[in-house]
Amino acid sequence: MAKELWKGNEAIAEAALRAGVEAYFGYPITPQTELLEYMAREIPKYPGRVFLQAESELAAVNMVYGAACAGVRVLSSSSSPGISLMTEGLSYIAGTEVPAVLVDIMRGGPGLGNIMPSQGDYFQMTKSLGHGDFHPIVLAPSTVQEAVDLTYGAFELAETYRTVVVILADGAIGQMMEPVVMPPARPVMTEEERADWALRGAKDRERRILTSLHMNAEGLERMNLGLQSKLARIQRNELRWQETMTDDAEVLMVAFGTAGRICSSVVQSARRAGLKVGLLRPISLWPFPEQRLLELAERVQQILVVEMNAGQMVLDVKAAVAGRAPVHFYGRLGGVVPLPDEISQQIDKLVSQPAGAGYKTGASNGFGHATVVPAGDARAEGRI
Amino acid sequence: MTLIDLANYDVVYRRPEALTNVQTHYCPGCTHGLIHRLIGEVIDELGIRENTICVAPVGCAVFAYNYFNVDGCEAPHGRAPAMATGIKRVMPDRVVFTYQGDGDLAAIGTNEIIHAAGRGEDLTVIFVNNANYGMTGGQMAPTTLVGQVTTSSPYGRDVELVGMPMRVAELISTIPGASYVVRRSVHNVANINKTKAAIKTAFQVQMAGLGLSMVEVLSSCPTNWHMTPDSALQWIEDAMIPVYPLGDYRVADAVEPLTKRRQPAHQQNGVTGG
Ligand SMILES: Cc1ncc(C[n+]2csc(CCOP(=O)(O)OP(=O)(O)O)c2C)c(N)n1
Ligand code: SF4
Ligand SMILES: [Mg+2]
Repeated sequence: MAKELWKGNEAIAEAALRAGVEAYFGYPITPQTELLEYMAREIPKYPGRVFLQAESELAAVNMVYGAACAGVRVLSSSSSPGISLMTEGLSYIAGTEVPAVLVDIMRGGPGLGNIMPSQGDYFQMTKSLGHGDFHPIVLAPSTVQEAVDLTYGAFELAETYRTVVVILADGAIGQMMEPVVMPPARPVMTEEERADWALRGAKDRERRILTSLHMNAEGLERMNLGLQSKLARIQRNELRWQETMTDDAEVLMVAFGTAGRICSSVVQSARRAGLKVGLLRPISLWPFPEQRLLELAERVQQILVVEMNAGQMVLDVKAAVAGRAPVHFYGRLGGVVPLPDEISQQIDKLVSQPAGAGYKTGASNGFGHATVVPAGDARAEGRI
Repeated sequence: MTLIDLANYDVVYRRPEALTNVQTHYCPGCTHGLIHRLIGEVIDELGIRENTICVAPVGCAVFAYNYFNVDGCEAPHGRAPAMATGIKRVMPDRVVFTYQGDGDLAAIGTNEIIHAAGRGEDLTVIFVNNANYGMTGGQMAPTTLVGQVTTSSPYGRDVELVGMPMRVAELISTIPGASYVVRRSVHNVANINKTKAAIKTAFQVQMAGLGLSMVEVLSSCPTNWHMTPDSALQWIEDAMIPVYPLGDYRVADAVEPLTKRRQPAHQQNGVTGG
């Protein structure tokens, strides 16, 4: 397969089409809109598939919910504020246990924030994508190719576990162009391949009901315990991460998505400078590769978590390593993307300072000095 | 003792196949159940049971899917038209209907119903207007009458504070994508029969692919109106109908043949009365 140059948002859309997505519902929001526009342009070329621009993300997620109940492969995409509007529907989808795939091309927040790349939705995605006890599967690509591959596999994953799968990228990945090898196009599901719970009309069978409502407490507890055991299976089976030079690392960086990609170049420059630096890049943010982090924490001297937020994943890292190694944090906010040099400076500080001096506490105060936003940087002209 | 030979008798009344044999959870005298029955009869008469999908609301009818012997699901509060859109768009040959209360459709879900109508979705909407939020214990709805006492308008609906009741059939009838929009009532037999006829037309409109069809049904809530079932029906006639006139608010030309009406669909004010 030849490599072609693809823009992140469009590549994700194309990957979904090749995975046999049958319906797309969405609402325009920067920096995700090209995904919707690509679907608007391409889906009409596939007879029987559905593109519909909804009146809001509220409506979009409920259109997704309906199509998911019909047992078709369905996708929506949005960016941070739109995801906030979708959370009620996502909770219903999780509670009803129907499969759906969602793309979040994160932007700076809170509020209207800005349209620059950010990782500020980590908490929302991994911890509270709606009311009640559930987690979606959250996959964070760091390149356009990886976004394509994760999207392509996301539908099967959603169907296997009857759950929400989120592709969590940011404006940088959505907007950048990179060479990509596209996967082969799969046909859409046949009527025979439809799930045995799908609402297709009660012809020659008992009627089916899909609901998240369980009025009695024991019934809802039973449902929740079932949900929890499914989540535990996901935690066992669906962990994904990538390691770079962790074998002999003394300083372990942990970063996902765009920050992870930047940190991998920091590893290279640090190694050239003779510093034993490695990187663990979680790809599945939920489930989170905690066991592997714990193993590495036994061996390394310092851990540096780098995020484009005020310190969200760092809490999961701390929980995972359970005090086995000091955990430091470096973050940039508001859509500011950290430069490799800034991160290298953080590493220099860590290695020049004995582990006992001030860093052992694991206090994650590393972003304090970094919040000074260069004028004009984050307030680019906006199609908000 | 002689056994009755059923073969000698005609069945004149039985449960429609489209309804399940379960106990009702509705309050005594509530007309939600009656409206369910009308829908069930219509589904049977049109022979669409195996082809129909019900989208239940959040409201007293939250368990609607338990009563209809068709595939069913449960939408978040107010979102049924969006969820139904998702279902219908991926299965255009199925019959999809929503069943929604006035809090569900006329308050939290106004955006979804207006845009489903705007797109001309081939959906049937059964809109049950009982002038309050029944399920949550009788709070004020956008449809609550002026001066009507509810738990959240304990001094009566105050127009200065919250404005006038919202007339949904009138509102939706201004949207071209909604091709059949009528208001009916179930407070007496004559009107029950008219309601059933309208529900049938509404489903036929969908089956003919003519766009959104909506039947607003004035319905009783004796529990939260603090009335006997009888006086609640009387209150529909005396208090509700003057504010919510029964009639056909929009019958698109293409729908006209389905209604088998003798009169033209629209009078000057768009209401034909009845
Ligand atoms: C998002 C959300 N907000 C509020 C509620 C609480 N709630 C449940 S039913 C209801 C009102 C239903 O009233 P209506 O639609 O008129 O139906 P009725 O019970 O009168 O038939 C409300 C506010 C909810 N379930 N979800
Ligand atoms: S509360 Fe009102 S609407 Fe609800 S079941 Fe009882 S009578 Fe019917
Ligand atoms: Mg009501």
